[in-house]
Amino acid sequence: MKAIVIGCGRVGSNIARQLLYEGWDVTAVDEKEEALARLGEGWSGGFVLGHGMDVDVLRAAGIDDAEAVVVSTDGDNTNLVIGQVAQKRFANPCVVVRVLDPARAAFYEERGLHTVCPTSTAIDALIESVRACEAPKVEA
Amino acid sequence: MYILVCGGGKVGANLARILLRSGHEVTLIEQRADRFASLEEEFEHIVQRGDATELFILERAGIKRPPDLVLAVTGDDEDNLVICQLAKEKYGAPKVIARVNDPRNQAHFDLLGISPTICATSNIMGLIEHEVPEHELVHLLELRRENLEIVEVQIAEDSPVAGKRVEKLSLPEGSRLISVTRNGESEIAVGATELRPGDQVLAILQPGKEDELRKVLLKR
Repeated sequence: MKAIVIGCGRVGSNIARQLLYEGWDVTAVDEKEEALARLGEGWSGGFVLGHGMDVDVLRAAGIDDAEAVVVSTDGDNTNLVIGQVAQKRFANPCVVVRVLDPARAAFYEERGLHTVCPTSTAIDALIESVRACEAPKVEA
Repeated sequence: MYILVCGGGKVGANLARILLRSGHEVTLIEQRADRFASLEEEFEHIVQRGDATELFILERAGIKRPPDLVLAVTGDDEDNLVICQLAKEKYGAPKVIARVNDPRNQAHFDLLGISPTICATSNIMGLIEHEVPEHELVHLLELRRENLEIVEVQIAEDSPVAGKRVEKLSLPEGSRLISVTRNGESEIAVGATELRPGDQVLAILQPGKEDELRKVLLKR
């Protein structure tokens, strides 16, 4: 099973490492060489230096026969465009896109792109935490 | 018309200025603080500050009306693409025009159905091809919506079609000759039109058929 992780920052690098650990054949893509360091010294997956908007870079990373594509650069719009290219041009069956803005994430999710919004997740978790504080307190 | 201009750099600011002068209603959106400050001096309430790919910024600028025309002319192709998708598909803007900064991104705009687009680099390349005679097949016009293009070819001395009538040519499927210009005079290309060396021929074809057409007309 082959996976490509585009954008190898804090989020992408950890996804890449976890997928590799779980037995996937992983190739990471980032436009900065420093990103390779985030994958750790013993990184045995692939790494392609370049921008995810560049179709040649996607091909070099093996998008044509990848089972999964994770798009996690630090730009919402960049991720949305790369995700749609992976889905529509390369007909990749499993494309997951990180989008920080909940409004854009919801719009593209409706249109059939699988978006994950860390902001919404954080909001939900924080609200849950506040609700938990409202539990009856023991009198001192 | 109500026109929403996204991106207040040289392109966006000049468009806004010209459109206002022509009597259109315009809103200009610019994200950068420094640019916004100088734009505000000139455009006052016409310019709004924010990221035009954020829904609430677009809504504040009146995208829900919706505008008759949305111009996505920021310096970032991903932003321009998302602006156009939101304007068209979420808010039902009848017409969008997108600026393509990096010609390599043109394919993404085409893939996602964003049209028309305008790319300065590609336009200049087209002009160069028109000026430089080595290019045997000159792109004159791209009809994106129709997925057709019009090209110009000069029939060479050694061309296999020199002396042949148009009806005798086996042109590639998805292509037609439009006209033949000889000694400054043009005529519509019909079956009986005979091609001669030096003729300037206009052809319409589907993009990607250039090589096949070149082979038939120029044997190269």
